[in-house]
Amino acid sequence: MDIFSPGFLNYLISLGTMSGIYAVLCLGLNLQWGFAGLFNAGIAAFFAIGAYTTAILTTPESPNYLGGFGLPIVLAWPIAMLLSGVIAWAIGRICLRLRGDYLAMATIGIAEVIRLLIKNEAWLTAGTRGIPNIARPFEGLPSTWNHLAFMGLVMALVAIIYWAAERAWASPWGRTMRAIRDSDMAAAAIGKDVTQFRVEAFVLGAMVMALGGALSAHYFKFLGLSATEPMMVTFLVWVMLIVGGSGNNRGAILGALIIWIIWSATELLTNRLPGEWITRTSYIRVLLIGILLQVVLQRFAKGLVPERPPRMIDDKPESR
Amino acid sequence: MIALSDFINLYLLPGLVVGCIYALGAIGISLLFGILRFAHFAHGDMMTLGAYLAIIFTANFDWSPYAALPITVIGTALVALLLDRAFYKPFRRSAGIVTVIASFGVMLMLRSAIQLIWGVDVKTYDIGIRFPMEFGMLKIAPRQVTIVLVTAALVIALHLFLSRTRLGKAMRAVSDDPDLARVSGINVEQVVRWTWIIGAGLAAAGGVFIGIQTKVHPNMGWDLLLPLFAAAVLGGIGRPYGAVAGGLAIGLCQELATYPWFSEEPFIAPGYKPAVAFSVMVIMLIWRPTGLFRGRAF
Repeated sequence: MDIFSPGFLNYLISLGTMSGIYAVLCLGLNLQWGFAGLFNAGIAAFFAIGAYTTAILTTPESPNYLGGFGLPIVLAWPIAMLLSGVIAWAIGRICLRLRGDYLAMATIGIAEVIRLLIKNEAWLTAGTRGIPNIARPFEGLPSTWNHLAFMGLVMALVAIIYWAAERAWASPWGRTMRAIRDSDMAAAAIGKDVTQFRVEAFVLGAMVMALGGALSAHYFKFLGLSATEPMMVTFLVWVMLIVGGSGNNRGAILGALIIWIIWSATELLTNRLPGEWITRTSYIRVLLIGILLQVVLQRFAKGLVPERPPRMIDDKPESR
Repeated sequence: MIALSDFINLYLLPGLVVGCIYALGAIGISLLFGILRFAHFAHGDMMTLGAYLAIIFTANFDWSPYAALPITVIGTALVALLLDRAFYKPFRRSAGIVTVIASFGVMLMLRSAIQLIWGVDVKTYDIGIRFPMEFGMLKIAPRQVTIVLVTAALVIALHLFLSRTRLGKAMRAVSDDPDLARVSGINVEQVVRWTWIIGAGLAAAGGVFIGIQTKVHPNMGWDLLLPLFAAAVLGGIGRPYGAVAGGLAIGLCQELATYPWFSEEPFIAPGYKPAVAFSVMVIMLIWRPTGLFRGRAF
């Protein structure tokens, strides 16, 4: 294969963009699971809220769905994140005073209800028809360059979220979060409002996930029901974070990159197989990724990049 | 207005049948939560597995699904024991939420294995068309009667098991206080094994009933998960009888919510049935997280 061919370059760009979008989702999940130990089985819901909000707000008017607001993305993305945050806040307020399993069950419910809304309320979301013509930023540039520029935008956002998450990790807020995650009773005993902290982590994570959804909508330029499919979003993002190393923002990004490379590379390979095998191998792929998740959970629970406690800022090691 | 007969035939009876199916699934979720202390996300796919195992016998040997029921139940229970050994046992001593992730993974492994073996097409058991029996204004399909009766029999058997046998009592003891049960000499691992056998067995029966009632497809486990969790929460988690009541209540709520109560239109569009289960779950979590039957508030 000629590695300088435009096809290969485009493949690299799409790989970078997609793993960047997944890195955003992974960083969002890390805020919830890595920081606060909250199990979210409804990543697809917050992803879809972000994707559909920005699609509805930015596309031209259409008889098929509620559109025609024509907002620029700099406005639409924050609104999408805010909406996702509000919904996460409501569900968090109800469930987070209870044991973690209740949140897990409720997030399944949120994912289902959002999926049903998108499917049934066609006046709002175009239902099964899907929303086409979502503008991608930098489309004015020549073909490869606009892909490259969008990849740059995604990566810049990953860098910003990474930087913010690292700051949060080292801050008193992040330390409290770890304390609550490891022993909520001890944290409550020293006077931390456990529920409030958990709600904050859950809401922030959901907002970052919505940004991931928005990026994905503008990247594919089309948004359909497949965006609510739990498999591609919820499951893959969980595998990425667990494999990469939950509790470590670098691990979240690395996990997104590695799992996406495995996922897309095996797709390239299996697409060369004869007809019936293409569908078959896609299930084998899910099965193998599932086994990978189990192996990592059991044998390498810390992931590729293990969690590191934040550095003590004022306390130099040699002074001890 | 819709006639009373239609209300019973089209809403109440289907609600009861769906409720039985949910009850069979929710018992397992509730028992497993009580004893192993984690929300078993793969439970819906246990039901799917049961439904597909029955297809082996209905499609290849022309058995009736009822005849295939016992062997399906045993097969699913065996698979559950294997899955427990491979994927859940290593996490017995770690925090419950890690086991939830493991069960999330098992859920997708089960589903992809089913898709790999049986394909993604919708399947049925080919029982043929049986005309409903008419009792005055009531029209009852034979399969509805069988599903309700078999469910009732299974629930009574479960009750006898939990209240009369040593193992059943041990199971309740572990559910109430695992540490106390262990120091009083109860073999907790044995109890866990039987929890899987019962939970998965009942789930398999529920799955076969879905196939008898409607159709079988690989994603049905995911669709079941929300009503099952809602039923378990409603009944009070860790309470098998509560799960039966919760399952029936969720099934009835979902069907009756589509009845045109206040106008000519269905009160809730049929497409939103799972949202009814979600609403019930949210109301319970706000109002009374211990459930109607005073389960455990974790």
